[in-house]
Amino acid sequence: MSVKARQRTGWSLAFVVVVVVSLVPVFWLIMLSLKTPESATDGSFIPHHWTLHNYRDIFNQTVFTAALRNSIGIGLISTTLAVLLASSAAYAIARLDFPGKQTILAVALLVTLFPQVSLVGPLYNLWRQIGLFNTWPGLIIPYLTFALPLAIYVLSTFFREIPWELEQAAQIDGATPFQAFTKVIAPLAAPGLATTFIIVFLICWNDFVFAISLTATNAAKTVPAAIAQFPGVSQFTQPIGDIAAAAVVVTIPVMLLVLLFQRRIVAGLTAGAVKG
Amino acid sequence: MAEIALEHITKRYDDGYEAVKDLNLDIADGEFMILVGPSGCGKSTALRMVAGLEDITDGELKIGGQVVNDKTPKDRDIAMVFQNYALYPHMTVRDNMGFALKLARTPKAEIAQKVNEAARILDLEQHLERKPANLSGGQRQRVAMGRAIVRNPSVFLMDEPLSNLDAKLRVQMRAEISRIQQRLKTTTVYVTHDQTEALTLGDRIAVMRAGVLQQVGAPMELYNRPNNLFVAGFIGSPAMNFLPAHIEGDVVKLPIGDVHIPDALRARLQAGPGGGRDGVIAGLRPDDFEDASLISGESAGTTFRTKIDVLESMGSEYYAYFTVEAEQVDARELQELAEEAGTTDLPGREGTQVVARLEAASHVRQGQEIELWFNAEHLHLFDPENGLSLLAE
Repeated sequence: MSVKARQRTGWSLAFVVVVVVSLVPVFWLIMLSLKTPESATDGSFIPHHWTLHNYRDIFNQTVFTAALRNSIGIGLISTTLAVLLASSAAYAIARLDFPGKQTILAVALLVTLFPQVSLVGPLYNLWRQIGLFNTWPGLIIPYLTFALPLAIYVLSTFFREIPWELEQAAQIDGATPFQAFTKVIAPLAAPGLATTFIIVFLICWNDFVFAISLTATNAAKTVPAAIAQFPGVSQFTQPIGDIAAAAVVVTIPVMLLVLLFQRRIVAGLTAGAVKG
Repeated sequence: MAEIALEHITKRYDDGYEAVKDLNLDIADGEFMILVGPSGCGKSTALRMVAGLEDITDGELKIGGQVVNDKTPKDRDIAMVFQNYALYPHMTVRDNMGFALKLARTPKAEIAQKVNEAARILDLEQHLERKPANLSGGQRQRVAMGRAIVRNPSVFLMDEPLSNLDAKLRVQMRAEISRIQQRLKTTTVYVTHDQTEALTLGDRIAVMRAGVLQQVGAPMELYNRPNNLFVAGFIGSPAMNFLPAHIEGDVVKLPIGDVHIPDALRARLQAGPGGGRDGVIAGLRPDDFEDASLISGESAGTTFRTKIDVLESMGSEYYAYFTVEAEQVDARELQELAEEAGTTDLPGREGTQVVARLEAASHVRQGQEIELWFNAEHLHLFDPENGLSLLAE
């Protein structure tokens, strides 16, 4: 075997190992979700009886459907707000020289380092007093707080990569700063916006700490919190099958999002903007 | 159509650095004005101030008689071609060219008609629906031109628009730009660091150095009557040769021999600022040399024998390099030019190298001695102290 072929085999092997290791839990989850409740703990990887019972079961429970609605709603609203706010902030940071620019970035970074758990207690009390407990805004606000700094960071790097001349060209062409942003910069930053959207959405979608502490009922409880509180069929059975099915269901939107935007993320729209 | 007037324009940055110092320049309606100079001389900054992309620290900028210091670029009725073209990558060629009109709420039919017209002029018709990424460098450059043309602005601003093209295409596009400008008769300000581009394109050329305007004039004026060492060394290719010289009465003593000052030159020298000084820097253009055997007897000039070190054959002419026993002329202006050209690192050698441009009919051979003739009427003389020309205009 030549050195090159050996190298390739080595890399392929490493690749397979990584893929298997990272996908086993996912398959395990899927298999578990397709088992009957009685055979859930029988120790076999492949189900003896394939069934969609668990899926039918969770979609018949308002606990899950309400949670799904809350998760999607809260996630989308938080993400949209975060991306909108962050894009204007990031644009300013990338383009303008103003006093305190570094401070803003530093403070933003500081917020992301803040341990979320330490905020939960005070927020719980505060939210109860001002009536935000167990509401959508009650979760959207903390999500925004933690998502914004990250979004600003990611977006400002994207904006920095867009040649400044494009904006000046737009200015010369008669565009107002707002038009230059919406018609030239934003379309070019689309891959960046999409990436940021996904990252922020994942943060909101996956959150457990705030969801479990700041919600109580179907009015605002999101899926991660709801799954943890699934009732069993009887008080003596573990709802493992239901939990697995719910977990599979909540990973699907995420997978779809990534697949949908993957091309745009990878493509990088700025090719050909300047000499190449 | 509009004339542009720069009156005492200064650009000072927050750190105190002055990129442009007290620039005065009048550009006539329909004129093709070139701003030329080495990198960092402030030419681009000056252009960007005219465009409105850069604030003017001091002075007044008028376009079409109106002070536009505080106007945004869109209110100045200008179009600009950027060095890297700055095409909108997400739009087709058609949308790129029509963008300004669309922003101005021009009716769709009119936009289409104007874009088609510009595309026809620039030979872009078959590329209108393509994206910039799929175009060649030359095509992108033409789209950038087209984007400026469709708006029919009163001023074109061009910031080194050809510097990203390869040499052959650059020559073609140079002619193209010249043709378009003559056809449209739009006032044009064109920035370049390439003196050949400046000479070939401009109605007038403004040479800048370190933020200061050195000389403004028609290409031939700058070539024949440079008013200082910097302009003399910058304009012309191969560059002017500089030799130390002494003036003794009617004779300029050059390292290559004594040159009797012709009457025309003496009149200019006497009218010039330097009057009676003797130590000077002499400037000799390569074109003012010739193979002495090709010169008829009566021409004013001087002949001398020298050995040709290197001979470059250009087909239509020769560049002959020979060494003159003289100290290298040392002036700040020339030092700067050498740094810009990157020739300061070349290994030092004894004496001064001189380039002569000889006719192809010459029988000159590399390594051989030859009798060369120099046209004394075209001698340039400069003050070694301040670099200014000692000859009156």
